[in-house]
Amino acid sequence: MFSRIFRLLLLGASLGLALSIAGTVLPAQAQESAGMALGDSCTACHGIDGQSQGSIPSIGGVDRTTLLNALVAFKAGKGDATIMNRIARGYTDAELAALADYFSSVKSK
Amino acid sequence: MTTLNRRQFVAAGAAAGAMLAMPALGAASGPKVLVVGGGFGGATLAQYLRRHDAKIDITLIEKDAKFVTCPFSNGVLGGLYPIDNVTFSYDKMKAAGINVVEDTATKIDAAKKTVATAGGQNFGYDYLVLSPGIQLDWTAIEGYDAKAAEIMPHAWQAGPQTVLLRKQLEAMDDGGLVVIAPPAMPYRCPPGPYERASLIAYYLKAHKPKSKIIILDASDSFIKQDLFMEAWAKLYPGLIDWVPLSKSGKVSKVDTSTMTVSTDFDDYKPAVANIIPAQKAGQIAIDAGLDQGTGWCAIDTISFESKVQKGIYVIGDSTLAGEMPKSGFAANSQAKACARAILATIAGSKPVPSKLINVCYSTVEPDYAFEVVDDFTMTADNIALTFPDDRTSPLKASDEFHKREADNAKSWYANITTEMFG
Repeated sequence: MFSRIFRLLLLGASLGLALSIAGTVLPAQAQESAGMALGDSCTACHGIDGQSQGSIPSIGGVDRTTLLNALVAFKAGKGDATIMNRIARGYTDAELAALADYFSSVKSK
Repeated sequence: MTTLNRRQFVAAGAAAGAMLAMPALGAASGPKVLVVGGGFGGATLAQYLRRHDAKIDITLIEKDAKFVTCPFSNGVLGGLYPIDNVTFSYDKMKAAGINVVEDTATKIDAAKKTVATAGGQNFGYDYLVLSPGIQLDWTAIEGYDAKAAEIMPHAWQAGPQTVLLRKQLEAMDDGGLVVIAPPAMPYRCPPGPYERASLIAYYLKAHKPKSKIIILDASDSFIKQDLFMEAWAKLYPGLIDWVPLSKSGKVSKVDTSTMTVSTDFDDYKPAVANIIPAQKAGQIAIDAGLDQGTGWCAIDTISFESKVQKGIYVIGDSTLAGEMPKSGFAANSQAKACARAILATIAGSKPVPSKLINVCYSTVEPDYAFEVVDDFTMTADNIALTFPDDRTSPLKASDEFHKREADNAKSWYANITTEMFG
């Protein structure tokens, strides 16, 4: 299920994409809550807590760097996407970082 | 992830003194949230609140014992699966500690903060969320009322109407004409009529290949039009005709006794007529004056609180929510934003804008789908498309691409309905 994300990770690394995007100036907790609010839009497709049924990849609890590299690559129009390239372009780098922070830290119930 | 995440969430408002307003411990001590309507908006909101705050007293009033989703109901019409596959009970929601009441909410007393039901019950609230969906405008087309809909189904509120339309398609002779008549915008599920034409064509192609579908349209264009046209040329050549508004496509009159569907210039004699009339907000919202006579409810674009009545929130198809379409996905996004706003308000902080997404998959045959994705930015006076262009799947995509989108559509449906119903 993570194979596409993994390929993107490799792609992102080979392109030398930024691996560490600076967070926002918000305090850590506020930033996390911002990531959660943004992430609420993701779960309709990716499942509660990022745990998906079916072909859409699960993203909850996935390594932060893997998630962020995938999102950054999608935003750059790269990678094996059907829809995520069009979604990711609407987000700032800080928002993508907040999403990666949030979903990498989510613990499924 | 219940209390902890809510605490993290409200911490965003810590500067506004949010932590001082944390509710006291104790099972029954939480504020009362009353939700009207158990569909994509209401069910999502109730479940979201329950997951993020164990103490809120949540009651959901829904008129039906089970919910049939409009998304994926076109697959029932195409014979892909039975209606049971798109029917959900509220049992898991009840087990999660949400008080689900099977009744019809009829009247709001905003001063007393109560809602009365057709069954004679009365519910008090601190926060009221209306997600009543649409009602059909029986004055929109001459001759088309609730009785006529038993002969010419709309099937735009999924359930018995969907089953009726499917039965009519099954009973139709090969060579019959099927008319599908969408209204002018705004209406629920803008790509829905065209997905419906596609999946009915899928059924007819296999079982009644001499039949034909005519879409009599009250619009001159539609969402994902190029993608639909591409798919129809490839999968269903000659089977689907689309008559736009400018070519006298708009249905103005029907006569069920002669099975006649009329535009201003032409009469059609279909074997099966699917008439989708214009729509407006659910009656309870209109009775409360929340639509200000327009048919749709204006809302605060960050909290979804009514512009007319404080303490009453409106989500889903009944709203005019900036540039968001009336879709199940949009209602789900709005429900979470509204729930966050209510949680923030309970905590004494100010609702914070975020982003919203809408995705509408259209399946045109079992292994062929495409979508439109809308990314919205919330501001104080609008919910605007972050980027207006290139929102749809590409044209000339491979079969493998469309198969992946068909698989993802099913995955989306499983995930969003789990978010709603458990």
